[in-house]
Amino acid sequence: MSLTAGPDAEAASLQPIDLSGVDAEQAASWYRSMALIREFETTAEPLVMQGRIPGGMHSAVGQEATAVGVVGALAATDIVTGTHRSHHITLAKGLAPDLIMAELFGKATGPLGGRGGHMHLADLSKGHFGSNGIVGAGLGIALGAALAASVTKTGQVAVGFIGDGAANIGRVWEFVNLASIWTLPLVIVCENNLYAVETPFAQVTGGGDIAGRASGFGLPAFKVDGRDVAAVYRIAAAAVARARGGEGPTFIEALTYRHGGHDVGDRETYRTKDEVERWRAESDPVLRLRRSIADAALLRPAALEGIDAEVAAQVAAAVEFAESSPYPDPATVLDNVTGIDMKIRGNL
Amino acid sequence: MSERATLSQAYRQGLAEEMRTDPRILVYGTDLFERGGHWGQVRGLGSEFGRDRVRNAPISEAAMVAAGVGAAMNGLRPVVDLNFIDFAFGAMDEIINQAAKIRFMWGAPMPLVIRGTNGVAGGGAQHNNSFESWFAHTPGLLVAMPSTPADTKGLIKSALRGEDPVIFLMHKLLAGLRGEIGGAEDLVPFGRGTVRRPGRDITVATYGVTVPRSIAAAGQLASEGVEAEVIDLRTIAPLDLELVEESVRRTRHLVVVTESQRHGGIGAEIAAALSESLYDVLDGPVLRVGAPSVPAPHSAPLLARATPSADDIARSLRAATAARVS
Repeated sequence: MSLTAGPDAEAASLQPIDLSGVDAEQAASWYRSMALIREFETTAEPLVMQGRIPGGMHSAVGQEATAVGVVGALAATDIVTGTHRSHHITLAKGLAPDLIMAELFGKATGPLGGRGGHMHLADLSKGHFGSNGIVGAGLGIALGAALAASVTKTGQVAVGFIGDGAANIGRVWEFVNLASIWTLPLVIVCENNLYAVETPFAQVTGGGDIAGRASGFGLPAFKVDGRDVAAVYRIAAAAVARARGGEGPTFIEALTYRHGGHDVGDRETYRTKDEVERWRAESDPVLRLRRSIADAALLRPAALEGIDAEVAAQVAAAVEFAESSPYPDPATVLDNVTGIDMKIRGNL
Repeated sequence: MSERATLSQAYRQGLAEEMRTDPRILVYGTDLFERGGHWGQVRGLGSEFGRDRVRNAPISEAAMVAAGVGAAMNGLRPVVDLNFIDFAFGAMDEIINQAAKIRFMWGAPMPLVIRGTNGVAGGGAQHNNSFESWFAHTPGLLVAMPSTPADTKGLIKSALRGEDPVIFLMHKLLAGLRGEIGGAEDLVPFGRGTVRRPGRDITVATYGVTVPRSIAAAGQLASEGVEAEVIDLRTIAPLDLELVEESVRRTRHLVVVTESQRHGGIGAEIAAALSESLYDVLDGPVLRVGAPSVPAPHSAPLLARATPSADDIARSLRAATAARVS
């Protein structure tokens, strides 16, 4: 990974972000989390292409700021659910990169022992209630977690991440409506990265305004620059405070862009290289934060480089851990499907 | 057992008893708080437990079940009452792809009950499905199909004390059926059937609405000198094949009866399993009685033709015993 901004002309077009009120510790924490996500994804992608990670992968490169900004506004006991593209949320929620990498490899040392994999990461003990292979479905689980928090008065807030593709799934609006009428402590974060698999958002989204749709259900709905971690954090913090205060759900549409294709290996025939390069040059969320930290002199260049080296070492160690970990024992495949014996005949 | 109740009342009593002792249980669905559900199955629970625990929901089946999944992961024991199980099709992702798989994928218990009234009673194709085999085919789901008030109460109590997602199916035509019910600790375990009518000549394995029809058919056969043993499986996931085998070892004949479509259903699984395990014991082929592969029609004569009756079951019992080699 290279976190320098490239040629000067390109770097000049990088939009600054407003870090007023952000101290050095906060800035370093955001940068470390976002750099870790970037390093994790760019390291894992070739491992997928080489077949060392089975089952494909949806990279979150370009969307680091949404996860770090939103999860940064949560308490450790709060709950998140993700989409098929959720390594960024999973890392931000505090799951260790070596364990996630092992899960991607299908190894016994993964948090799910290889039963989940890239699209179904979870760790309930950390408030990670699952990334989800079904578009829109994770939001439904967050809705239920918020219902339990409301009924049992735990004070938890649940955040359900969805993408722009989910804005055209009918059940998503069932979830938003139920959260609204039951005044649940839920924050809905729609990462609009402009493409549902290969289909441009504008081509398939009537009205072209996801937050506008949400506001019709009687809850506050905002759009935010999803590639500006500070902006995401500020609006998420307000939504989380509102939810925790018993005032109900908020919908946040985070406008972002995925730098890679839908999945690793996508040939990306549906968009131009120029389009991708323009987004990267103007608003790469990791570079924007790095540049703005340097401009505001919140951290010295050596500190930023130190973080880069730390996350690189962390991810390299994660790959080594995953590679050297054992596979699960095939004899355990039928374990834990149900709590009681289902008395199935002819099972292995 | 001394108190008598209808199947709906038995369900309500079982649920209410568990709600009194376990504050994690809540129930929601359409028309529940005031009306008590479309079969009166939760009547009176609203005033006893309040709006936090007995909730009216919009007609949003996906949201209801999804909320149940997430709430179960976060410490509650939700009961999602869909009124008609036919409406579950709007929540199939939540049932099949979420609730049923979460324990396996994520190691978390999924104490979620999805209650629905099922089966054929009239009213046309879309409210008269018998698709319990779909659910039983799904790894991770439990399926209860009680035929008596006592079992309804005992099974809902087991469901509410368990850790697994349960599809709880109560047949339309049985809702008003009256019978004795058990007390607060009379639980009926999943996966254990019971003999409803003992007999030495042939075994009938069935569940739900075809239990009383099979008993009626056995009555017809008794007057012809053939004693049929009727087994009520009570749950079809898990399935108590051991009880069926124990009976067939004595009777050496088996007829499997379902109201649902014969083709590709749970009856086929029972027949195949018994052919594998007791081929040498059986004195003839395992026969199946079930609906033909057709949606439930509206018109009464058409519906009668497409629904397994006591006469259909009796006919099959005669055919099976006539094939006896002895």
